[in-house]
Amino acid sequence: MTTTAFKEPVRQASSGAAARAPRRPGRLRRISLPYLLLLPALLLELLVHLVPMVIGIVMSFKELTQFYIRDWGTAPWSGLGNYQVSVDFDAPVGEALLHSFFVTVGFTLLSVGLCWLIGTAAAVFMQDTFRGRGLLRALFLVPYALPVYTAVITWAFMFQHDNGLVNHVLHDQLHLTDKPSFWLIGDNSFYALLTVSVWKGWPFAFLIVTAGLQNIPGELYEAAALDGAGTWQRVRRITLPSLRPVNQVLVLVLFLWTFNDFNTPYVLFGRSAPEAADLVSVHIYQASFVTWNFGTGSAMSVLLLLFLLVVTGGYLLLTSRGRRAADV
Amino acid sequence: MRSIRAAAVGAVTLSLALAATACGGGSATGSGSNDSPKTLTYWASNQGASIEADKKVLRPELDKFEQRTGIKVELEVVPWSDLLNRILTATTSGQGPDVLNIGNTWSASLQASGALLPWDEKNFAKIGGRDRFAETALGSTGAQGKDPAAVPLYSMAYALYYNKKIFADAGISKPPATWSELVADGKKIKAEGVSPLGAEGANLSENIHHVFVFAKQHGADFFTADGKPDFTDPKVVDAVKSYVDLMAKDKVIPAGDAEYAQNQSVSDFAKGKQAMLLWQTASANLKSQGMSEDAYGIAPVPVISGTPGDGTQVNSPVMGINMAVFKNTDNLDGATRFVKFMTSDEEQKILNKAYSAIPPVKSAQADPAFAAPDTAVLKDTLATSAAALPQVASESQFETAVGTAVKDLFADAAAGRPVTTGSVEAKLQKAQQQMPAA
Repeated sequence: MTTTAFKEPVRQASSGAAARAPRRPGRLRRISLPYLLLLPALLLELLVHLVPMVIGIVMSFKELTQFYIRDWGTAPWSGLGNYQVSVDFDAPVGEALLHSFFVTVGFTLLSVGLCWLIGTAAAVFMQDTFRGRGLLRALFLVPYALPVYTAVITWAFMFQHDNGLVNHVLHDQLHLTDKPSFWLIGDNSFYALLTVSVWKGWPFAFLIVTAGLQNIPGELYEAAALDGAGTWQRVRRITLPSLRPVNQVLVLVLFLWTFNDFNTPYVLFGRSAPEAADLVSVHIYQASFVTWNFGTGSAMSVLLLLFLLVVTGGYLLLTSRGRRAADV
Repeated sequence: MRSIRAAAVGAVTLSLALAATACGGGSATGSGSNDSPKTLTYWASNQGASIEADKKVLRPELDKFEQRTGIKVELEVVPWSDLLNRILTATTSGQGPDVLNIGNTWSASLQASGALLPWDEKNFAKIGGRDRFAETALGSTGAQGKDPAAVPLYSMAYALYYNKKIFADAGISKPPATWSELVADGKKIKAEGVSPLGAEGANLSENIHHVFVFAKQHGADFFTADGKPDFTDPKVVDAVKSYVDLMAKDKVIPAGDAEYAQNQSVSDFAKGKQAMLLWQTASANLKSQGMSEDAYGIAPVPVISGTPGDGTQVNSPVMGINMAVFKNTDNLDGATRFVKFMTSDEEQKILNKAYSAIPPVKSAQADPAFAAPDTAVLKDTLATSAAALPQVASESQFETAVGTAVKDLFADAAAGRPVTTGSVEAKLQKAQQQMPAA
């Protein structure tokens, strides 16, 4: 149905092009070539991202439960029902979503901040040449190179109450706690999650900042040294400002990755995360695939997407404005 | 410019066409055919110690089936953690196996999706009739008043496994029959420096199985007669609290078990680190972990008072595995013949022996292999004192919501926070609010 509606303009366009073709044979090809080359990417983008996204948005307006999953087209429309349920913060579903949203925001800010701090500190430190620098650099990248599942499941073992390495070190050896703590259940689970997330994320920051440092001309440092600037001053006045464009992208990417991270909490805690570490991604997974309420799950996903679009848009606007101001 | 517009229009058209077909793909409304009579795909649930172990058990039987019927069975053993999602995906896409295993507690939930072949009288007749199966096992094959969505394949029940040596060392002569005896014995065992009882505090399904039994013993149910969640009934609250109190108040379950979810409590028992274990058909598992069969005894799960029996003396859910046929199979006749083969007396004996389960087929139960003391306990439990978990469409949501509430309560107990009637009620209230309005 829709196909036929769109066929007409296609034919018009191609006949129009055909009519003009004999006059300037080479020109059309020259103009259309770049677009033709872009076409495969465009089609894949449509297939892989846009089509599922449209389907997801459609689903968010449907009452899609186990009664309809076999033929989801027949699920009754619920209008804005799923959205109302998701944002009704006085009712249990909305309240839980809001809670997990705040947990995620706190977790993301802390994780991104720490990743950036550790990554930058390590990169600046590794700028000086010294013996074993290559080896150390390679070691730094290990967490980034390990398969996520393997790494996180190893952490889960280390966080175990009775036989875990973490309690062994903190309690048995350093005597920092009066009894072994629980890390995978209860309130401490937030810190367990944060630890794994930072461990996993900072090497990426390190890698990107190291790359950024390569682009800072050495003359700047030499000049600063001649003017009597100390190490800290050089970092503050030269390194950090020069890294600005790199950092803008780095922080944005880390933010999006961390905010949407599903693997880490899922492997660490399973399908029902402790309340203190209930990240939005797992929460939505639970709404959709564990309680089989795909409609509400989709609505929550759309809300999350909107939030991330606003934040990302705002961030890009702010940083580009900042850059423009800096250029002037 | 024109060509750009043309390309864009083409792309949009294509995407809409794809979206339209994607919608169509969801509508797997086909109701079975016999288009490919020579092959079958079978998703078996992981029953044995490993997926490889399962293949070793099942392959010879599937070959036997092929020899007799000429139908080749493609086998895939699916781990429990993936099974429900795999079934869900297969339901949505319509691209699933022909025959599959489901946990019997999911029967009503999966029945609601309409993806499974209903076992009406006509279909039952093809496999020898409904009367061949034990009534308790049939009780968990779908919602009451509807044609079952599956037929029982293996039956299981919970029992109390106890370490004979630890009991003797603590001066206990027989396994506890009531919870207060269990707590008293537990304290004696603890005095010897051994952990009394194991639990899987972070495993949602395990939590559900135990609190269900406690609820039954308190004369309560998690659902009203018309299928509405009723988690905050004072009796339910009491029941859940009694179970968590085994850790919080009585301290016979060690705090560390609050984060167990990978059957660590079974390992603890097999290694002799712990005196008791409440588990379903653990023999094969204990054996694979090197515990010899004469090292432990099997007794019925304790009750509040007296001995297990009907009514409030329920001491196990009806556990087990059902076999279902995907409605849109391309080999309906073959699938039915395969179910008939797997539920035949001969196969029932072979398979249930291999998995230390009880045959849900009555005539196979009579085999002497299932009269050994350990299986006799399970058989008696199934016959007299087991009850089916709620057969409601939202059963899988119930497992998650209430299972999580119990997990959180165990976490509180482990952290030394008080578990009170109020805190239990609050958690259950939250669980109830998460249930879909049905």
